[in-house]
Amino acid sequence: MSIAWNAFTPVSALIGGALIGAAAAAFVVLNGRIAGVSGILGGLLRPARGDVAWRAAFVTGLVAAPLAYGIFAALPAIRIDAGPAVLVAAGLLVGIGTRYGSGCTSGHGVCGISRLSPRSIVATLAFMAAGFATVFVARHLLPGL
Amino acid sequence: MYTVTSFLAGLVFGLGLIVAGMANPEKVLGFLDLAGAWDPSLALVMAGAIAVGAGAFALMRKKTRTLLGAPLRLPAARDIDRRLVFGSLVFGAGWGLAGICPGPALVLAGYGAVKGLVFLAAMLAGSALFEFLEEFVGRRADKLPMQNRPHEDGSNRRR
Repeated sequence: MSIAWNAFTPVSALIGGALIGAAAAAFVVLNGRIAGVSGILGGLLRPARGDVAWRAAFVTGLVAAPLAYGIFAALPAIRIDAGPAVLVAAGLLVGIGTRYGSGCTSGHGVCGISRLSPRSIVATLAFMAAGFATVFVARHLLPGL
Repeated sequence: MYTVTSFLAGLVFGLGLIVAGMANPEKVLGFLDLAGAWDPSLALVMAGAIAVGAGAFALMRKKTRTLLGAPLRLPAARDIDRRLVFGSLVFGAGWGLAGICPGPALVLAGYGAVKGLVFLAAMLAGSALFEFLEEFVGRRADKLPMQNRPHEDGSNRRR
């Protein structure tokens, strides 16, 4: 392992992380819910009466974030290297996996660890390990796949 | 008000993802690439988020109502089962393939990134497939005496 010091952005990482934490904190203190994106989105696929508006609002907030950011500053560049086939496979795995696992990086990783949930700690260790392993295979064992 | 605060929470969450670099799949993959030139930034994103979030969850631990008077709906599930572990492993594999998880997928849609929309469409299809399977396979499970309890992912689905 070597550390990519040129890519390391500790200040923006901490500020961005604090914003994410503040959003999750406000959401539990005001709305009494876990800010878990996969489940909030998933609940919209099988809508229940009185359970749609807040979910749609949260999702709209996430989608609107780059537009709001763009009003004040130039949006940071993004780069998606994966091709369409990989994106479809990845999306399907993320869609199914997060629902079977009852959460993703936000619900388990941020909220779950914040509330010291053993379930979420196990889930986070599992998806991090799988993420590390997948990138290792894709980049170092089977590059060019 | 409940809907407004929900929108604002989503907005601030999304802004945090952008500032943190989590909305950039290239940076996420740089974090997941332990064997390459490793970018540890995202560990600090998690640390920053948990440092701020932990206080709020500790505050709410003993409460039953929120500041808005809404009921507190925190996950009641305690069991570490196969669904949790295998589901999370499958999610991690998908995350590692593209460097995108559900929050950033929505932010990338807001960016207008076509590849982000392709990922989002597939992710929704995967989630819909889960709902479909639950509806059929889960019907038997519904006979078990289990509560309709909320989960970490914010869903209220029956199990």
